[in-house]
Amino acid sequence: MKKNLSEDFSMEDSLEQIIQEKNLVYRPTRLMTGATLSYCPGCGHGTIHRLIMEVVEEMGIQAETIGVSPVGCAVLAYDFMDVDFTEAAHGRAPAVATGIKRLWPDKYVFTYQGDGDLAAIGTAETIHACNRGEQICIFFVNNGIYGMTGGQMAPTTLEGMVSSTTPYGRNVEQMGPPLKITELVAQLAGTYYVSRQSIHKAATVRKAKKAIRKAFEVQKEKKGMAFVEFVSNCNSGWKMTPNEANQWMEDHMFPFYPLGDIKVDGKLVKNVIQDL
Amino acid sequence: MAKVRGAIVVDIERCKGCEVCVVNCPTDVIAMSKDVNSKGYHYAYMEHPDDCTGCTNCAIVCPDGAITVYRIKN
Repeated sequence: MKKNLSEDFSMEDSLEQIIQEKNLVYRPTRLMTGATLSYCPGCGHGTIHRLIMEVVEEMGIQAETIGVSPVGCAVLAYDFMDVDFTEAAHGRAPAVATGIKRLWPDKYVFTYQGDGDLAAIGTAETIHACNRGEQICIFFVNNGIYGMTGGQMAPTTLEGMVSSTTPYGRNVEQMGPPLKITELVAQLAGTYYVSRQSIHKAATVRKAKKAIRKAFEVQKEKKGMAFVEFVSNCNSGWKMTPNEANQWMEDHMFPFYPLGDIKVDGKLVKNVIQDL
Repeated sequence: MAKVRGAIVVDIERCKGCEVCVVNCPTDVIAMSKDVNSKGYHYAYMEHPDDCTGCTNCAIVCPDGAITVYRIKN
């Protein structure tokens, strides 16, 4: 006689049944080195690192991929992503990546930059690399603040947003409005794919991964520059818990930095002039 | 059959207790432990393992890649 199995199993037994190699549906990619991430709890950098490495793993291009890390919180990115990496001077990652790609046109070259690196000190390198249509991918993490140096105002800081150097909120009359560099580079002839994504919810993470994949595919086909912005949080700099910061980002960042593709296959799919 | 369909394994030492997985779990399986790991963070664990569907939402939003997901495929 068969007994009713469910009565026999304690919870431990059934968990043991599930936790087996054959039932594995998701494991963190092995292309992350396993080093403990130096980021604050809840920081989006870790998720974006992992998504890039997942795409590299799926495309089977680990040996051909070269990253360029920025100055900022992600300065140690080479410790975490298990691909070849070089470190660029502050803001110069697109220029360094240009050199690498021109010498090794068959390698996959990407830069990984924050808003202080890409949109402030590296504005010239970013715009000119995009304008020349270098065959590289730029991954741009925008949290509206200088995270590593203590939460000072960045070019991307929102109007009225409090930072350590704008304790009463950003005053646009004095400091100018925030810079939408993604909309700006989308108008240049050299960019082929421009998109803005976020990584705070499971659904947006899945979309962000597709955008990263698309960016690498564009580079594979040598179509031009692929530029993907990630609107991310800086819960330490914003003085919030990670989940509060994610909610604040939805309420305040997304209206100004709307998510979605901006330029696909070399054609603008959004009215960026209006958005600027 | 056993009722449980999915399960997660949290790498306790990698978990930084950010709680992003907690709000992303559609079935409210995950909670933060009262205990702390060697760095002093309250780590995530399955409070209601019965309800886990193995949807992987928690794992893909985990900034530190601390979660592995298993699911019985019927």
